[in-house]
Amino acid sequence: MSDYRTGNPAKLIEAIPYCRHLGITASVKDGSLLLTMPFVQRLIGNPVLPALHGGVIGSLLETAAIAQVIFETRGEKLPKPVDITVDYLRSGRALDSYARARIARQGRRVVNVHAEMWQEDESKPVAALRGHLLIAAS
Amino acid sequence: MSDAPEWLKHAKKHMNLTPYLAGIGGEIVEVGTPAIARVPYSDKLVGDPETGVVHGGVITGLLDHTSGLAVMVKLREPMPIATLDLRIDYMRPAKPHQDIFAECVCVRVTHEVAFVRGTAHQGDANDPIALCTGAFMIIRGGVHGIPVTPA
Repeated sequence: MSDYRTGNPAKLIEAIPYCRHLGITASVKDGSLLLTMPFVQRLIGNPVLPALHGGVIGSLLETAAIAQVIFETRGEKLPKPVDITVDYLRSGRALDSYARARIARQGRRVVNVHAEMWQEDESKPVAALRGHLLIAAS
Repeated sequence: MSDAPEWLKHAKKHMNLTPYLAGIGGEIVEVGTPAIARVPYSDKLVGDPETGVVHGGVITGLLDHTSGLAVMVKLREPMPIATLDLRIDYMRPAKPHQDIFAECVCVRVTHEVAFVRGTAHQGDANDPIALCTGAFMIIRGGVHGIPVTPA
């Protein structure tokens, strides 16, 4: 059993290789979870603009959803995404990005999560996610 | 691909050089109907260290990229496009140590919007890992250049 099963989202995210590849980290401030993804060149999808890749934005939002579920349910197992929908609201610029998620509804097996990503201004989201994740029955 | 217009060949080259796709080790396999891209398994793509299963974001990224390519295949000239939304249904976890393919088809292009359906699989399109549905904005009269998704 690896030590990432701590219910600690910062440690959990650190232990995920793909999150390390994208540079995603998690921190808890004032009791709420914040994900941070500093800008690096390998996040670029359109070098002409330049803009972040849509897949990077989706990855950050999905990670935020997973981390929030772990954080709130104190889950020991990673929740499994069932479906996600990402709305792209603005172009993701070559800037640091942040994401936050909230659980809209928690059932016994399925959790409905909403997440948002922004850059300089939290009131101007770059993208929003809605999704369902499967959790181990409690 | 041999009968593809010059600009589309050019777009393929640039879509292959996209820092994100290059960073995950992905490549475009086919610029056609369907458009196909592939990402080989690698340790840095893992989303669950216990099982070695690839992060869902990799599948989202590959499907987004391939969807954008599928839209370009249906355009008559290079135009910037931007992802409006993308829905991914995860059918099953990707098996570790196997390539992941994305196959996408642009089913309809209107003046402003293009609609895409896609599948992610590991060699058998009838046994998908994920399905996707996407809508893309076509920015006519936008800044010319290589139309790489997302604009």
